[in-house]
Amino acid sequence: MSRIDRLRRECGRGGARALRILSASGQLGYGIPEAPFRAGLDRRPDMIGCDMGSIDIGPHYLGSGRMATSPAATLKDLRLVLRGARALDVPLVIGTAGSAGAAPHLEATLRMVRQVAAEENLGFRLASVPADIPPDVLRRMVAEGRVADAPGLGPLTEEAIAASSGLVGQMGAEAFCRALAAGADVVVAGRACDTGIYAALPQMLGHDRGLATHMAKIVECTSLCCDPGGRDAILAELDDTGFSLESMAQHRAATPVSVAAHSLYEQADPYAITEPEGSADLRNVRYTALDARRTRVEGAVWRPAAVPSVKIEGARPVGHRTIFIAAVSDPGFIAQSGAILAALSRQVRDLYAGRDGDYTLRFRDYGRGVLPVAPPGGPDPVELLILAEVLSPDPELAEDVLRSAKQFLLHFGFPGRVSTAGNLAFPFSPAEITMGPAYAFSVYHVATVSELASLFPVRIEDTSSGMRD
Amino acid sequence: MAESPRHRLDRLARVIRSKNAGPLLLTLDLIFESRAAFAHVAGQSAALRAEVARLYARPEQEVSVIPYPPALAIKITLPRSFPAGSPGDTDVYGAQQHRPLLGIEL
Repeated sequence: MSRIDRLRRECGRGGARALRILSASGQLGYGIPEAPFRAGLDRRPDMIGCDMGSIDIGPHYLGSGRMATSPAATLKDLRLVLRGARALDVPLVIGTAGSAGAAPHLEATLRMVRQVAAEENLGFRLASVPADIPPDVLRRMVAEGRVADAPGLGPLTEEAIAASSGLVGQMGAEAFCRALAAGADVVVAGRACDTGIYAALPQMLGHDRGLATHMAKIVECTSLCCDPGGRDAILAELDDTGFSLESMAQHRAATPVSVAAHSLYEQADPYAITEPEGSADLRNVRYTALDARRTRVEGAVWRPAAVPSVKIEGARPVGHRTIFIAAVSDPGFIAQSGAILAALSRQVRDLYAGRDGDYTLRFRDYGRGVLPVAPPGGPDPVELLILAEVLSPDPELAEDVLRSAKQFLLHFGFPGRVSTAGNLAFPFSPAEITMGPAYAFSVYHVATVSELASLFPVRIEDTSSGMRD
Repeated sequence: MAESPRHRLDRLARVIRSKNAGPLLLTLDLIFESRAAFAHVAGQSAALRAEVARLYARPEQEVSVIPYPPALAIKITLPRSFPAGSPGDTDVYGAQQHRPLLGIEL
């Protein structure tokens, strides 16, 4: 009997006991608190899940193919969860491999998984699910009128597709179901909805999709839904009518209010969780305390979509970035900073005459209300922090313009200047920082599709070939 | 009926926070300690929406205000000025965009 068949009988819909799901990490690679994770293993979960990525970290990682976490820390976390899952012989499901879930991120993560398997002598069936959307597939979607405009980005253009260096679709539970149905012990997925990681197995066992999706949305952040919130493992127990939540860290309590509040987190609408195949309607959800540390949740309703859809993400290069950071304490400079920075920009433009279109010089004067969107008003700050940024397709020009801006601003003469030896306090030598290639999101559009499976193919391999005898 | 006295949001709410909801949207949460404070503000959702639109320089129709009684919370969502991390952005996570809310009087 397959694992899935056995689980369906034991803890599927109408089963003898609840399905137990352990969420080990909301961002694998930043460190997993080990004692709560081991406490979770002691509860004999039927599945362990980890999320590994996010769009929060910005466009750099999708655009560059790099991971946000360090190789050593990522390997350490992978070792912990792989050993835990294999010791219990339960599926380990990992979503959005390598921070952004495109091919380079997935391949780097798979290399680490294979390395751990070889070093720990673990043989298992490894499923990987790429999430890359080939540009021509996306072009066809646009031509067929399947891609909706995105707020702030507008329609998806050929220019944006052609310029993108990374293009992925967010797979949902459907892709994870195919990987688990193929007998995977470990699933490593490219870009994925974080809910897919945890909703797939319950769905395969016949559990209600509304409940499974709601549970998945809460546990994917581990103990963030608790009071106090944190990054320790959390256990969900799902049955026919609802699920309960319990942090594996004793000092964290999942209370009705803390769990309900989590529905707000990073969501535009607290009453709906939108997925490729439908949405969970949370309007009639009830949160009930089971005891001081556990809350039961019931009432989410699954609304299937008429047509499946996929959110597609892309990032494109926007040039090479150089910066300097300097402080100003002179009240005369601070009072005139806007005019000084504008005049300095004109000086730099004269220095690089004829290359106007080849670079962008931008200043942010922190202390003047650069962060909050509202106009600051009020008295001048005591100090200003000036962040100068140059973006250029030409890395040498980015460096040169920044150096000139720094030196000319240091010695810029303005009316009433008393501090004639220099205007800026640099914290470092060198003052200039080369940040390398910079990226911007080019695609964040939803496309309707006729079917999902062909976009997210499941690949299977066996790690026992790397095992010692 | 006599109008209830006006209060600043930073006196009424226990949590006032901002964060991206994806790279194109900014979402602001107000979470209240008491049902009375929640009801006081939720009852003035239209005025809150107008104030947010003014302070964040957005047309009112781009601002959504959703009271969420299970958490004694109000969710406000609006488009970001820049996609997160694009050239010119100042707050990639959108985690420090809450300040204009603090002084709103309702």
